Amino acid sequence: MSSNANEVPAPQRPRARVFPANRKARQLAALVLAQRGSARALTQDPPPTQYPYGCTTIFAPGWEVDSSNGTHGLCQPIERDLYDCYHTCYWPAQVPDGVTNAPTWTQSCGAPMQDWKSIDLVFP
Amino acid sequence: MHLRTVLHRRFRTETGHEFVYVASSAAILGLDPLASSIVDAFAEPAGRDAEAWLADHPERADAETALHDLTDLGVIRPTDEAQAPRAQLPPMPFPISTLVLNVTNKCNLSCTYCYEYGDDRLTAGKGSEGTGKARMSDDTARQSIDFLLRNAGDRPQVSITFFGGETLLNFPAIRAAVLYAEERGAVHRKRVHYSLTTNATLLTDEVVDFLTTHRFGITVSIDGDAGQQDRHRTFRGGTGSFATIAPRIQHLVAQNKAKKGRALGARVTLTAGAAPVRETYDFLTKELGFDEVGFAPVTAGLGRTYALGEQGYEKLLREFGELAEDYVAAAVSGQSHGFANLGDLLRELHQGINKAHPCGAGLGLLGVSTEGELGLCHRFVESKSHAVGDVTNGIDEVVRTAFLTKAHVDQKTDCTQCFARPLCAGGCYHEAHVRYGDATRANLHYCEWIRGFIDLGLSTYARILTQNPKFFARFESS
Repeated sequence: MSSNANEVPAPQRPRARVFPANRKARQLAALVLAQRGSARALTQDPPPTQYPYGCTTIFAPGWEVDSSNGTHGLCQPIERDLYDCYHTCYWPAQVPDGVTNAPTWTQSCGAPMQDWKSIDLVFP
Repeated sequence: MHLRTVLHRRFRTETGHEFVYVASSAAILGLDPLASSIVDAFAEPAGRDAEAWLADHPERADAETALHDLTDLGVIRPTDEAQAPRAQLPPMPFPISTLVLNVTNKCNLSCTYCYEYGDDRLTAGKGSEGTGKARMSDDTARQSIDFLLRNAGDRPQVSITFFGGETLLNFPAIRAAVLYAEERGAVHRKRVHYSLTTNATLLTDEVVDFLTTHRFGITVSIDGDAGQQDRHRTFRGGTGSFATIAPRIQHLVAQNKAKKGRALGARVTLTAGAAPVRETYDFLTKELGFDEVGFAPVTAGLGRTYALGEQGYEKLLREFGELAEDYVAAAVSGQSHGFANLGDLLRELHQGINKAHPCGAGLGLLGVSTEGELGLCHRFVESKSHAVGDVTNGIDEVVRTAFLTKAHVDQKTDCTQCFARPLCAGGCYHEAHVRYGDATRANLHYCEWIRGFIDLGLSTYARILTQNPKFFARFESS
């Protein structure tokens, strides 16, 4: 193939020089990454080698994936995020504090998939 | 800082992908050419000074990053680093997961190489007779189930394996044990899983129906086609057993398939002069319909004519290599392959299994004699010197712990510099006992064979990983 001087080269991801091949190596690599202590997003290079189980804990807007690299394990439909995030997850969803300051903010809405528009507005 | 590559094994594909198996963790890492050169550069026993080595390196920044990664991942470590003391034993008493019930010590065959009744037997007695009761009573079988459920801790599933002698000579005890286990397992909220090894001579329609209904994992001891089978696996008068078992196996295969039973296994004992492994594999899977075939070199004391000998092991390794080619071809196209030895090894390699003991004997697995005595495994039942209690009074924890402490791989100084240690851990206790009279010794007579086989496993792993990595998803969880 002839090279084109005007062609913009595709951005290259820095190549990993050592990569985990078996399951044990993946566990070790995840441990090493955790010990190095830097949070990593999917859009960063190099991408994280392992995803946590359950819901996502990787913050990269538009790129949330579950442990299988898909979206099956996430809140579906997305309206469920409203409750699941603040009830059962530690994901820092931007919802009112339902424990102390606004204990009744969801009272008018039992099923957010159908009637999320009826949720009260909360003013701090 | 002075650094050194830890105990490891290098391997590569023909396409130039480089890997390292790290013995301390059983991790497998892929290496690019730079990382590969670093692992080799620091592999000298004395190690080398990292700063001095990096100072001269043409790709200093990249080399430093790679060296950092390799150090963090435990491939290259400071030469003066203190070794973390390894855990000697898991918390004891370790819960039992598998009980092997020797429901009879009699056999209707007289295989010439048999460790149980031949020259290498552990127990007293003559011919195919042990010293204990010939058959396990139904009561003892039921007591064994109670013992297992009592000692299984919080495991959700337990396994019962029936063994002999010829296991099916005591079918009533098997039936009694299974029916009782169904009932008691439900009370204890534990799933019970059954398996059995048989020579197939007594697989009647009734027996086959019972085994397939209860989803037994069935292993048939068989050495191959008529010519192979009848060399050693004979009735008492010397007549071969192939003609008797072939139709019974065909019936078993058909029934097991119809009921969507578990994979049906054949276990081949390899002796001097046996047919090539691939030929035997093809016969057993294609002609007889087995799903899996496992091959085991015969257990034999020194000087037995049927033993494999050094050249026999070399030949066997070549033959395993031939069958591994078929395994790779299947795996690359996403198919499973029934070469059980290799499948088991690839599973352990993928998961990074790192053993302190060669097998579960005495740990999660115990054998029960016809009279209810507990042994380290089915091969040791009735051996008074390896008794660890009985099903009525329970496990002799003092004897059990003492044995496991002595049998720990760290006690086997011969194994300290061997890369195969995480998978072999010194090898079979019974083999060591037959060969050296000491079950806790390392089986030095087959080190080359084990290392050769693990090398085959590593190169096979690399070939499949670089061509169809998804194949290993099947080994992720179990």
